[in-house]
Amino acid sequence: MVLQVGFIYFASVIVFCAVMVITRKNPVHCALFMLPLFFHVAGIFIMLDAEFVAAVQVLVYAGAIMVLFLFVIMLFRGEGMKDTASFQASWPVIAPLAMVLMGFIMSILVRASFNGVQGKYTIEAVKAAGNSQAVGKVLYTDFLFPFEIASIILLVAMVGAIVLAKKKAD
Amino acid sequence: MIPLSWYLALSAAVFCIGVLGVLIRRNVIIIFLCVELILNSVNIALVAFSHYLNSLRGQVFVCFIMTVAAAEAAIGLAIIISLYRNKETLNTSEINILKW
Repeated sequence: MVLQVGFIYFASVIVFCAVMVITRKNPVHCALFMLPLFFHVAGIFIMLDAEFVAAVQVLVYAGAIMVLFLFVIMLFRGEGMKDTASFQASWPVIAPLAMVLMGFIMSILVRASFNGVQGKYTIEAVKAAGNSQAVGKVLYTDFLFPFEIASIILLVAMVGAIVLAKKKAD
Repeated sequence: MIPLSWYLALSAAVFCIGVLGVLIRRNVIIIFLCVELILNSVNIALVAFSHYLNSLRGQVFVCFIMTVAAAEAAIGLAIIISLYRNKETLNTSEINILKW
């Protein structure tokens, strides 16, 4: 019972913040509504016994990405804050289409049965080993090569961001 | 015990809101925020599956998605800055030099 109430609280805050993000006119308000959304998604992760991912969610999304977004929004003083013509003219047509898409996905969800192959990492086994340790073990054994690729992606992002954003010397 | 479909329904709702935001907004930065929204909805679905199928692969994949999201935010915002330097606008209706 407590779990259900908790889930409904987290889910309703997430959906409310998401709607606010796409309807507010001021970009700063949009970015600030993302913040509680990220924290509540982390809460959902904790309900799913994924403590490590929840911590990373708060650190990376709420800590790093949001700060980056707010910095950039505040760089564009006049233009970024301007609230004229913030929606496409065709939004009354597109919004019902998005509702139809949601209806499609929900109709698939109620019919589908999710009986996949059960893995060996039961909740008790993960709890006994510690969530971070279990995730780390899988990350550094089964997913070692993707992990190295991820480091290359980060390097490319670092160099790319500097090259793209720096002023041309002329 | 909460059924898996609740989490998937939440994920679907956030995903659709994100797609709607990408389609209806004109400000490039907000379109970008909506892409982050979509990535977050996928993370919810992956962690939910990882919990209900007793596998850790979903959680490991979420770590990779967060890496890509961080890289994407850095690169994308750099592109937006250099775009603003050239076009003096953030409105997608005025950024149309690729349109023909």
